[in-house]
Amino acid sequence: MVGQLVRKEDWRIRLKHLQIMLRRLRRNSLSFGALIVILGIILMALFAPLIAPYDPNATDANQAMLSVSRQHLMGTDIFGRDILSRVIHGARVDLLVALVATIIALAISSFLGSLSGYSGGWLDHLVMRIIDTVMSFPSFILAMGITAALGNKLINVVMAIAITHIPIYTRLIRGEMLHIREMEYAEAAQTVGNPRSRIIFYHLLPNCFPPVIVQATLAMGWAILTVAGLSFIGLGIQPPASEWGYMTAEGATYIVSGEWWIFLFPGLAIMITVFSFNMVGDALRDILDPRMRGIQ
Amino acid sequence: MTGPLLQIEDLTVHFHTEEGIVEAVDGIQLLVQSGEVMGVVGESGSGKSVTALAILRLIREPGRIIQGTIQFAGRNLLGLSEEEMRTLRGSHISMIFQSPRTSLNPVLSVGWQIERLIRLHKKEHTEKARDQAIQMLRQVGIPAPERIYHEFPHQLSGGMCQRIMIAMALVTNPKLLIADEPTTGLDVSIAAQILDLLKEMGQRTGAAILLITHDLGVVAGYCDRVAVMHAGQVVESASVKKLFQNPLHPYTLKLIHSIPRVDVDTVMETIPGTVPGLIHPPPGCRFAGRCQVAREVCRKIKPQVQSINGDHQVACHHIGHW
Repeated sequence: MVGQLVRKEDWRIRLKHLQIMLRRLRRNSLSFGALIVILGIILMALFAPLIAPYDPNATDANQAMLSVSRQHLMGTDIFGRDILSRVIHGARVDLLVALVATIIALAISSFLGSLSGYSGGWLDHLVMRIIDTVMSFPSFILAMGITAALGNKLINVVMAIAITHIPIYTRLIRGEMLHIREMEYAEAAQTVGNPRSRIIFYHLLPNCFPPVIVQATLAMGWAILTVAGLSFIGLGIQPPASEWGYMTAEGATYIVSGEWWIFLFPGLAIMITVFSFNMVGDALRDILDPRMRGIQ
Repeated sequence: MTGPLLQIEDLTVHFHTEEGIVEAVDGIQLLVQSGEVMGVVGESGSGKSVTALAILRLIREPGRIIQGTIQFAGRNLLGLSEEEMRTLRGSHISMIFQSPRTSLNPVLSVGWQIERLIRLHKKEHTEKARDQAIQMLRQVGIPAPERIYHEFPHQLSGGMCQRIMIAMALVTNPKLLIADEPTTGLDVSIAAQILDLLKEMGQRTGAAILLITHDLGVVAGYCDRVAVMHAGQVVESASVKKLFQNPLHPYTLKLIHSIPRVDVDTVMETIPGTVPGLIHPPPGCRFAGRCQVAREVCRKIKPQVQSINGDHQVACHHIGHW
């Protein structure tokens, strides 16, 4: 019965920790603003069909290439599609691809990085040489190569981004693990008879996470840039799906002829999103890294 | 009674470093009876902690157990498989460390760590494990255990953390508890509380305690028997009473004289020199270089362990001739 009582306390204490985190974040008003923007973009993506004023794929030849107006806040493109609706729907694709890619990369890297960091020896060498090989390609070129080779389906874009991000996280987690395995609590975990896998993944891996969370937030920004970049050059998301990078590419042709709204708004969407992720990432570093604490 | 709980014979541990082979533990013998508090005392680098880790078979590369036997409850630990050894750790032999705050995992709440340990060894389900964990916290004198359960190590004081380590070490009812300088870094009054608690909990659970320390005062106050280590060897072992009344090894005598005293007006003695380097240690007695009564034979021939009056062992060439 005491056990039940204790469990009730659990979520209350978690909530308190979250509150402290938020309070720290609020001190840095720019980053707090960025967090609000990200939350806004996520909500926008979730409720896109409810928010968007028009069907993003509905073409109308009579309404083509209209400038910014009250009917079309961001104007229309060459097929007469409402750009605002397309930008709103575009958030879905870009965020989802970046998020899924980051999660896949994190899962694989956590496994590889912590195992090779803890074990050392030939396993460490093997994993690190593979990682070095992947890292020796410029990451965008590698992503291009993967999607070009596998065909530009959504899943392949996700895999391409995940693969280019795995080295970053793996090296980071391995480095942390090298340090953490020498800690006394690592030794203590051994002395109480924990199996090896439990020591690595349950006791030590969570201790590697603070810098990883920071890296993941920053990398979300890069991932979005990569999706947009791949789509821009025609290797990513295929039309007619609304995607910011592809929309920017469509609009780029019309910059000289004066239809600025076609490329500007999707481009701004990319910029604001990436910028916000970077700001939040920086703020998280300040919050989570004890060595940076107190430096304001 | 079917023989001692722990019997170490001729244990030798070497570390193969780039500078050469470090003979960290050199053929030691050690005996722990069920339920007693056995002290191991010696300077830094005398091989106390290495011995403790060797018992748990957690010597890490480049260290290696070269020879010897470690009999625990009738089984030779050095002959067990890694899997058998793992189930023994934490359930039959527990260990607590020097720095309690860094020995607890910083990202898990302290209660959760105890709970997981219970579930690991006893296969209890969650509710029952929680009740046990809280009960144990209460036994080691943690106030409001339901609240502390959720705290993280950095939120607690060093003394509290050490209490939690003790709770964790004893919650599985081990037969042997190894305490490696459990009071380092704690202030004197807290240290005394922790040692009292250790002894009390040992008596309550029937666990034998191997108390590693560099403080002979602690040995005098808390141990039943004691082994004195110097440069990787046990130079003398006896009951605490015999050791203090009749020290037979010059090193032991020096150690006793170096205890600061306020009741007698004497100058505190120090032991000249340091523990000799353990890469190519001197061939004879390892204490010879620091010993005021050392003779030719001491520098050439290693003294054998001799038993005097039954349970008083000493390794010296001229017992009583100094």
